[in-house]
Amino acid sequence: MKMNLLSNRRQKTLWMMVIGTIVLLAIIFSKVWVDTDKILTNLNTRNVAPTWDYLFGTDWLGRDMFTRTMMGLSLSIRVGLIGAIGSTVIALTLGMVAATMGKTVDRVISWLIDLFLSVPHLVALILISFTVGGGFKGVVIGLIATHWPSLARVIRAEVMQVRSAEYVQMSRRLGKSNGWIAVHHIFPHLVPQVIIGFMLLFPHAILHEAAITFLGLGLSPHEPAIGIILSESMKYLSSGLWWLAFFPGLALLIVVRLFDKIGESLKVLIDPTKAHL
Amino acid sequence: MRLEAKGIGFKYEKGPWLFRDVNFHVEAGEVVGITGASGRGKTTFCRILAGFERALEGEILLDGQKILPKGMHPVQLVLQHPEQAVNPRWKMRKVLEESGTFDENIQRLLGIEKEWLSRWPGELSGGELQRFCVARAISASPKFLIADEMTTMLDAITQAQIWQAVLETAKERNMGIIVVSHERKLMERLCDRIVEL
Repeated sequence: MKMNLLSNRRQKTLWMMVIGTIVLLAIIFSKVWVDTDKILTNLNTRNVAPTWDYLFGTDWLGRDMFTRTMMGLSLSIRVGLIGAIGSTVIALTLGMVAATMGKTVDRVISWLIDLFLSVPHLVALILISFTVGGGFKGVVIGLIATHWPSLARVIRAEVMQVRSAEYVQMSRRLGKSNGWIAVHHIFPHLVPQVIIGFMLLFPHAILHEAAITFLGLGLSPHEPAIGIILSESMKYLSSGLWWLAFFPGLALLIVVRLFDKIGESLKVLIDPTKAHL
Repeated sequence: MRLEAKGIGFKYEKGPWLFRDVNFHVEAGEVVGITGASGRGKTTFCRILAGFERALEGEILLDGQKILPKGMHPVQLVLQHPEQAVNPRWKMRKVLEESGTFDENIQRLLGIEKEWLSRWPGELSGGELQRFCVARAISASPKFLIADEMTTMLDAITQAQIWQAVLETAKERNMGIIVVSHERKLMERLCDRIVEL
């Protein structure tokens, strides 16, 4: 009886993850199931409050806010995805290089990490994306270049710790090569760190993308990004059109929270010390 | 076969010499005990013998030859803390297979049960884990086995079972054993001779 209950908790985590993933995939591929014609200007249905036809209401040009939000989120998630993947790759490479290539390399990389961590993300992000020309490309490059340091530091520490562990020294005496040890001993310890680091970078990247777009320094205004929707809606808040900012903002929050939740669930599922939960 | 340590000296970083000019030898099939007060460098000496650490002075010879740093080491070490000597992210079967051979006979001798093989290290007790470490070391068919406080944290029955299995295999394969322990009674029982470090 007790075993049954415990295995259910694990199942619950798994289900939560599956549902979260489905919701996110549905948003990413919203072009397939959302009626994109509703995004066109329709002056007959301006400023409609939320109804069943227009779930999130319509804006001052009669565009359906639900469709705009979905497309905005889809774009934001894609930007976040590319940014997070890029950052993770940089973090993994630099972290492993720092931990294995000797003291000088380690010092240089640690200095780089400290340098990037000492500047606020947002400022560095704005500067970098502005320098490389702004727009989609600028935001993505900016995200990749600013989000890797904390994960790189975690990976560096993890590799160093595992490398000096007794079971690795033992493995060496059993005649295993460095490559074999890297693949079989060190890598399994990095997988959870990398996956969780990646999942936690993701919401960060999305929020930062939305933030600099909101400030007008990110994606260009004709792309339906959440940041743009929010900054445009700000002007209409005082005239009582609350749904323009409320729903897109809420949707962004939910998406970010979902990623967080999936990341945490993964952490629980991967960790062998919690295998019995 | 003869394992010999000639004029071994070692110190950590800038500290004082831990020991210098230590001479020691074991013959195949012989059981030798090493004693000494805590902090005299017994474990360090064992680590040097097993190739974990490089001696700053002197050399380790196996039949008059230097031991190659690559490949399976002919001297295997079993440590005091099995939970540190096993990768926590490996199932126990993989731990045993790391030695290259999966010797069921030794597992039976050591009392390793089949169902333990599919468990994580965190799901076994210290005594159960230590059996795996011993099995891994012996399956590698070393010429010499060093037991550095191998059974210190185990109860008397487990201790007896593990030692019996180790001695039996040692006799069968003509393997030399070096025992490090604080337990005088155990040493007197096991060893052909006892050396003070």
